[in-house]
Amino acid sequence: MQFNEEERLSPEEFLKQVNKESRGKLKIFLGMCAGVGKTYEMLKTAHEDFKNNIDIIIGYVETHNRKETKELVSGLEIIPRKIFKENNISYEEMDLEKILNRKPKIVLVDELAHSNAPNSRHNKRYQDVLEIIDAGIDVYTTLNVQHLESRIDTVGKITGIVVMETVPDSILDSADEVEIIDISPEELLKRLAEGKIYQEERAKRASENFFKKGNLTALREMALRLTAERVDHELREYLQSNKIKTVWKSSQRLMVAVGPSPHSAQLIRWARRLSYSMNSQWIALYVENSKKLSDADQIRLNSNLKLARKLGAEIITTSGDDLVTALTYNAIKENVSQIIVGKPRSTFLSFGYSKLIRRLINESGDIDIYVMGGTKKELAQKLSSDQIFEFEINKYLTSLAIISIVIHICYFLNDYINYQTVSLIFIFTISLISLFFSMGQVLLVASVSALAWDYLFIQPKFTFYVNKLEDILMLLMYFFIAVITGSLNSKIRSQQKMVKNREKRALALYNLTKDLSSATSLKEVINNAVKNIKKTFDVDMVLLYSDDNEKLNKNLSDNKNMFSIDEKEYNVASWVFQKHQKAGKYTTTLPSSDAQYYPMYTPRMNVGVIGIKLKEDEKISQDKERLLETFIYQIASSIEREILNQKNQKNILFEESEKLYKNIFNSLSHELKTPIATILGATSNLRSENEIKDPTFVKNMAEEINLAGERLNRLVSNLLDMSRLESNKMLLNLDWHDISDLINSVINNLKSELINHTIKVEIEDKLPLLKIDFSLFEQAISNIIINATIYTPPQSIITIQAKSSNDNVFLIISDNGKGIDEKHISTLFDKFYRIPGTKTGGTGLGLSIAKGFIEAHNYSIKVENISSGGLRFTIKIPITSENSLKI
Amino acid sequence: MNKKKILIIDDEAQIRKILKISLESVEYTVIESETGNDGIAKTAMYNPDAVLLDLGLPDKSGETVLKELREWYKKPIFILSVKNSEKDIISCLDHGANDYLSKPFNIPELLARLRVIFRYEQNNQEEEHIFKLKDIEVDFTTRNVKKNGEIIKLTSTEYSLLSLLIKNRGKVLTHKYILNEVWGHGFSNETQYLRVYIGQLRKKFETDHNRPEIILTESGVGYRFFTDF
Repeated sequence: MQFNEEERLSPEEFLKQVNKESRGKLKIFLGMCAGVGKTYEMLKTAHEDFKNNIDIIIGYVETHNRKETKELVSGLEIIPRKIFKENNISYEEMDLEKILNRKPKIVLVDELAHSNAPNSRHNKRYQDVLEIIDAGIDVYTTLNVQHLESRIDTVGKITGIVVMETVPDSILDSADEVEIIDISPEELLKRLAEGKIYQEERAKRASENFFKKGNLTALREMALRLTAERVDHELREYLQSNKIKTVWKSSQRLMVAVGPSPHSAQLIRWARRLSYSMNSQWIALYVENSKKLSDADQIRLNSNLKLARKLGAEIITTSGDDLVTALTYNAIKENVSQIIVGKPRSTFLSFGYSKLIRRLINESGDIDIYVMGGTKKELAQKLSSDQIFEFEINKYLTSLAIISIVIHICYFLNDYINYQTVSLIFIFTISLISLFFSMGQVLLVASVSALAWDYLFIQPKFTFYVNKLEDILMLLMYFFIAVITGSLNSKIRSQQKMVKNREKRALALYNLTKDLSSATSLKEVINNAVKNIKKTFDVDMVLLYSDDNEKLNKNLSDNKNMFSIDEKEYNVASWVFQKHQKAGKYTTTLPSSDAQYYPMYTPRMNVGVIGIKLKEDEKISQDKERLLETFIYQIASSIEREILNQKNQKNILFEESEKLYKNIFNSLSHELKTPIATILGATSNLRSENEIKDPTFVKNMAEEINLAGERLNRLVSNLLDMSRLESNKMLLNLDWHDISDLINSVINNLKSELINHTIKVEIEDKLPLLKIDFSLFEQAISNIIINATIYTPPQSIITIQAKSSNDNVFLIISDNGKGIDEKHISTLFDKFYRIPGTKTGGTGLGLSIAKGFIEAHNYSIKVENISSGGLRFTIKIPITSENSLKI
Repeated sequence: MNKKKILIIDDEAQIRKILKISLESVEYTVIESETGNDGIAKTAMYNPDAVLLDLGLPDKSGETVLKELREWYKKPIFILSVKNSEKDIISCLDHGANDYLSKPFNIPELLARLRVIFRYEQNNQEEEHIFKLKDIEVDFTTRNVKKNGEIIKLTSTEYSLLSLLIKNRGKVLTHKYILNEVWGHGFSNETQYLRVYIGQLRKKFETDHNRPEIILTESGVGYRFFTDF
């Protein structure tokens, strides 16, 4: 057993492998910098593939006018570039759509790190490549090491150039093959000098700026090391996929503490490198505290978290004012083996910070702690936090104003109160201020008031000098009491605020789940979802869900709570739907659209898409986005529940109709066959020449044929009537009719059917004329009577009554037979319903048609057992001025 | 003996065949036609004594054929129709068709109707003075109406209605026709008048006015006065 256990891949490992197999393969030609010959090498490989009859095409190749490269481009199929026009500048970009439609085996896409023109589907070319791979197409691409997300800091340090076009490391990780194109820096410089890389003018500039031997050597080392790391990694993966577990898979989990600091970005990159070399998962943890972040900080925090996500980290956000507790708690919960924290350069803060680190080391137990150094850049960035100060300065001014007013008041009251009372008034004011302002302001107010007290109220006045020891003590105590009450108050307040915020979120979520679970139909679920999202986030929104064909349902005209979307927006939504990735405004995919779209999916199905538009047309805050994503997940599972429910219902209906269909078929063919058999039997008898044709025999035969014919005729009429009813296009031919006329007509037509039964007619005098469709009524009543003749024993009495009360005319058809079991009463009028165990003959249509015809007039019909035996049908016709006429 | 010629216009061969056999067995000669246009041509060619016209023809509607025939053909036209086509039937009757039968029809009934039509054709030539049926007697000159020998008092509308029905006995009369004849133009949609007066006549003449045997209802189409010939 144990042996098996060891041999087996864990489900996650297996999934990863399967995923890799069904997608297209990615081959990256990696170089240290431009000019090493990546494109050239890629094209050469392409030509070899082409010779081997592989369907390989060029999606996008930049020749840079290099002669050798240009020669290699010819001979291969090239997808023409797409031209984008923006502000009179046209951009040539790879045509993603055409490549996907062309669906070759392999496509060449040069310069993976390229940023696309505005209005392209994706911001970055690597996103295009990912989509191509997802479509099952292999991609060859080229990449310089300096564009890798995790390397840009180092590259910046080495070359002094800030690289803007970056590619997430996960792309390189997911590549199936990486080929390093390596030449020595000398060789490269020689090629540059020969003008093989850039034209002369540019070559000169390039060699001055970038192409320095030192730079190149460093970049080369970086590229080679990266490849070496990768080889190491691949080896480990190989061992795993071949179930060779000689090397134990790293059980290490890293956690990096992330904040709004620019230093965090570096930490994140470093953590990602560490996790890669350790082959471990990693987590980025953000501890939200009660301090409100400034806008600038919020933006930086978002970009940091985004970076972490891009680099493959799992993001966890938690709240708590104590950083150490939050870190260790989550580290233990997530089974983390290493925690990475930053070390800020600022000496000003370092005292408190090193205390934190010490606490962290003490409290984290077995977990290793890495403390990473910061850089100078951070200080520069720190300056921008002056904005925070500016933002807060108003608050400082306000608190100063308040205290100075209080000081003034006290000063004027000086003659009536002693100076100790003044200190109490000050403390009271500070307590009040601490309820609305934060720590800094409280400190300021405390200091100012202490000085004012000393200067204005403590003897000797108008000096800061205090001569009594008692007063000195009081002053000191005053200051401490002010600071402590102030800070405690403000802390309690901010914690309350945090709790309140969380409560608000919890409440919103609770309301959503409550509304969703109480909804009983898809429409209701959607309405409740829309209502809750709009209420909680104050946004305009649209919700599209999957239809039966796994496409987004465009039909939302019935819901005025949603904004309408055009074809373009629908396409964005469809992309989101298929790719399970958010897109739209403020995202990196299809940013030119009007709204942000989030996918709704569950592990079992693709549910739909939610699009939102903020009222102020701004980006949704990370905070809210997280809550929104939770909302969306809840909504997705509720919609899934309803869709599955509907499918279930449909299946049941389908089975029922299948059963019904079979029944109809059986009874119809039986109904047709019997009279046909009778007719054919009788006629063959009449035709045979040997028979003596005595008149009674012939007459009997004719009688049989006639009966069979009538039966067939009745069946066909019923079917025709039924289809008339079903078509829903029945026009009533209304005219004034006499009820006795109607009843007579029925009886005359049914002479042969009524031959074995006694019919009794009781028509009240002075019945009003009724405006009805004569033939429909005739048919309805005939069907009821025929039914009675079939299911009651011969010689039974069938009674037809017509009578009126003040408001209604009643047509009552009753028999004195046995009646029916009560349990069949409710289904008696159902189409094709036949009481089980009744004799053959009849399709179960007659009564259903009768009911249909009566109800087409908006009159009602009911059936009941008569207590003395028999069945009674009652047609109720309300008397109105339109439909009846007294005579 | 001079056999009467009947033209059957029907696209169903089987229907034509059964009609032909039945009609020829009672001393009629039969001409067959499958389409409306051919039917019109054959009517002109053979000048039949009556035409049996099916309403569901492949080339043109039976109603159109009827109207075209009625422009010059004065002899009886008999309509054959399917169920639930009262509107078409009424329209044909109002455009000069003499009578109708719905499919599936029974042949004896058809033959009886034809007899009525031909008899009516002859009777129409001579003015009738006294009508007698069962216990009912109507004297058109004195306007005396008797049942069981007793004089029945009738209003003038009742008398007009009764005499119209009697003069056209055996033949179906549409509501519209009766209303036009008795009440005058402008009343052709006031069916309720007709219902009321028919009800009154039935009470006066029928043995059981709820089971009329003299003034018969043609459901959805009109009325027919019983005749025994």
